Amino acid sequence: MGLREASIGRAADSGPEIRSARGGERLVALAGNPNVGKSTLFNRLTGLRQHTGNWPGKTVSCAQGRCRHEGRDYLLVDLPGSYSLLAHSAEEEAARDFVCFGGADAVIAVCDATCLERNLNLALQLMEITPNVIVCINLMDEARRKHIRIDLKMLRERLGVPVVGISARSGRGTQEALAAVDEVISATWDNVGDSSGIWEERGQKEENSSGKLEESGDITPKSAEKPRIRYAEEIEEAIDSVLPHAEKLAAGRLNARWLAIRLIEHDLAFYEAIERQTGVCLEEDKELSGALQAARERLRERGMNEMRVRDELVRTLLRRAEMICRDAVIRTDAQCDAADRRLDRILTGRWLGFPIMFLLMAVIFWITISGANLPSQWLSGLLFRGEEALHSLMAAMGAPGWLDGVLVSGAYRVLAWVVSVMLPPMAIFFPLFTLLEDAGYLPRVAFNMDRCFHKCRACGKQCLTMMMGFGCNAVGITGCRIIDSPRERLIAMLTNVFVPCNGRFPMMVSLISVFLLGGAAGWRGNVLAAAVLAGLIVLGVAMTLMVSYILSRTVLRGMPSSFTLELPPYRKPQIAQVIVRSVLDRTLFVLGRAAAVAAPAGALIWIMANAEIGGASLLSHVAAFLDPLGRLMGMDGVILLGFILGWPANEIVLPVIIMAYAAGGELMELGSLAELGMLLRANGWTWVTAISTMLFSLMHWPCSTALMTMYKESKSLKWTLMGILIPTLTGMAVCIAFSNIAQLVMSVLS
Amino acid sequence: MTAETVRLCDLKRGERAHVRSLDAASHIRRRLQDIGLEEGAAVECVLVSPLGDPTAYLICGAVIALRREDAACVQVRYDMFGRAAI
Repeated sequence: MGLREASIGRAADSGPEIRSARGGERLVALAGNPNVGKSTLFNRLTGLRQHTGNWPGKTVSCAQGRCRHEGRDYLLVDLPGSYSLLAHSAEEEAARDFVCFGGADAVIAVCDATCLERNLNLALQLMEITPNVIVCINLMDEARRKHIRIDLKMLRERLGVPVVGISARSGRGTQEALAAVDEVISATWDNVGDSSGIWEERGQKEENSSGKLEESGDITPKSAEKPRIRYAEEIEEAIDSVLPHAEKLAAGRLNARWLAIRLIEHDLAFYEAIERQTGVCLEEDKELSGALQAARERLRERGMNEMRVRDELVRTLLRRAEMICRDAVIRTDAQCDAADRRLDRILTGRWLGFPIMFLLMAVIFWITISGANLPSQWLSGLLFRGEEALHSLMAAMGAPGWLDGVLVSGAYRVLAWVVSVMLPPMAIFFPLFTLLEDAGYLPRVAFNMDRCFHKCRACGKQCLTMMMGFGCNAVGITGCRIIDSPRERLIAMLTNVFVPCNGRFPMMVSLISVFLLGGAAGWRGNVLAAAVLAGLIVLGVAMTLMVSYILSRTVLRGMPSSFTLELPPYRKPQIAQVIVRSVLDRTLFVLGRAAAVAAPAGALIWIMANAEIGGASLLSHVAAFLDPLGRLMGMDGVILLGFILGWPANEIVLPVIIMAYAAGGELMELGSLAELGMLLRANGWTWVTAISTMLFSLMHWPCSTALMTMYKESKSLKWTLMGILIPTLTGMAVCIAFSNIAQLVMSVLS
Repeated sequence: MTAETVRLCDLKRGERAHVRSLDAASHIRRRLQDIGLEEGAAVECVLVSPLGDPTAYLICGAVIALRREDAACVQVRYDMFGRAAI
């Protein structure tokens, strides 16, 4: 059915245990807000084909990759995107823990040039933790287009760390960024102390404030004692009083001042992290908790309760960011976003928003279906000619009949079927979908749809994970990590399987073409097929919403939590890169996985179809056993068996059914859809059977990969079981209801 | 003329304002501050979802969608020229 984490570059799970094994290698973390092109930079530097996207929270766990610069090896870790290190979500926690305890030699703070001020907030937080920060201002080209001038030199002076302007998409400036990393780390190693007061803003205005993408020339000398942020007097006093205890606790592993601030702030989630990492129970440390108590008491006396302290901390950072950007970031054109807003007003407009969404979806499916026909036929012709060659090869080698059957008529034939049916639609669908993603359209879909999810008391980001599910449900389930609330995350995981993944599309498309088009050929047939398919998808989305609604009112009761969704600027998709990336990352991977499953399954099915017990094949015995249940659901035993054997991969459901029907237990040579239709009709299929089959395909147990992912993500057998039961029972109920009503209507009509 | 204080969710498309205060529980407060909604920050209501609920605001140069109940936690004051020309 789909991609696994590996395909999208998840080389490792999140968590700080990434420390490189190789000696002498430098560990560098990439941190930044969601959507600033962190992953693009990561790909640029490492060359690792990691999937990057234009929607928030794409990097849900840390990907890592290696690169070399000037004879030195670097291990880069791409941290989850976060607005802040004051963690709210699992991702932010992962980012924070890595920066604190991961042992990185340096951290690259990737910023978005078009909204630098907000991005600097995170950069400043990073600088509080570690002196080895390199600020990389990405999207310099986009900023220039928007007439935003950025004075890198002034920023560098004010921040006191290297500031490099880059454009990760075109690759400009990325080598300079690595050079800056090298300088920062080397200086630390050489322990060059250059404590200077450059932090204090001098309000001076540099002559050089041109908007050109400034090459990073000389980089500010690093200092052992980095300039720090000063808070309000009251807080500074509290910090000073706690600092000695924090130093003891930090034991050189952590920045003591930063630790002291977190302790004063009383960030309970961070307390846990500290206890995990240091093995010290903070409550039991009498000296520390005494000092903290006293410090907090003093703050309260001066009118600073916990909330005000937190506000003050946040405000100080924001003010600092604002101050740094003053005069260093100049917007000369207030209307620079006008084009984006106009487009937004159309794509998310009251009247046009939804029609355009459906139209785009239908167009994508239409292009996929009509575009895939020809190459599909060509491929199947080629592969079945290959089968003849293999048969004669087997004969020439004197292989026994059963071996020829298992390997060629079983394994090879199913493999050939899967490849010829799946490859063309996938090679078309994935790039198209990635193009939409790249252009920035998908967050708009989430924006349009959010009300529905809100009504179902689910998270608006569930819409994004649902859309990832169109590619592969396992990816969608992994993607649910972007949802903060555990309750909403579970809902999103349990319902992800209701949208059909790429493994299920081919069967739906074939059945639609055979049974519902009534011979309508050409473009009209394709349009009709796309419309029916779009209808099925709408049904899937409706079921997702309905099940979410029911879940959040029964077993997963609760109110929706707050959420923020960033609508990034529209960007011209990089077509060539999209094609390469989606073909390499997604298509070939999915195909490889499907093939790996299909070949053994083909062999197994051939054996089942040919091993006779009591005059009938094993396959027909099992099918006969399942037949009553299948009939009740508007299908038959063979179809149900197809779904069961298709558990490892949904792609092989139809091949199994065909093989079971075909006389002699072999997959017939089905050169065209017409032949497929004849075979199915000969076995008693009607349009009711076809629709029931499609409905059950839409709603049945998740494939093995998706289930495994669900277990890994939820760490709960109970919820994984629910993940099987919910869609299966729903599908059975829907199929039984549909087929009985349809038969009733038919009998009344006739 | 005294500037009027309203909730962020009351802004209509195209209206601009400055944040006056956040009256939210601690968790969401931080969230909102992270995205730049802080006392004195400029906001502009730029988009309303077709179904009427999440509304997108221009905050710190980024467009961010908030649900009505979250935006209701932010008190804002209309800018002198409340309505931007569109």
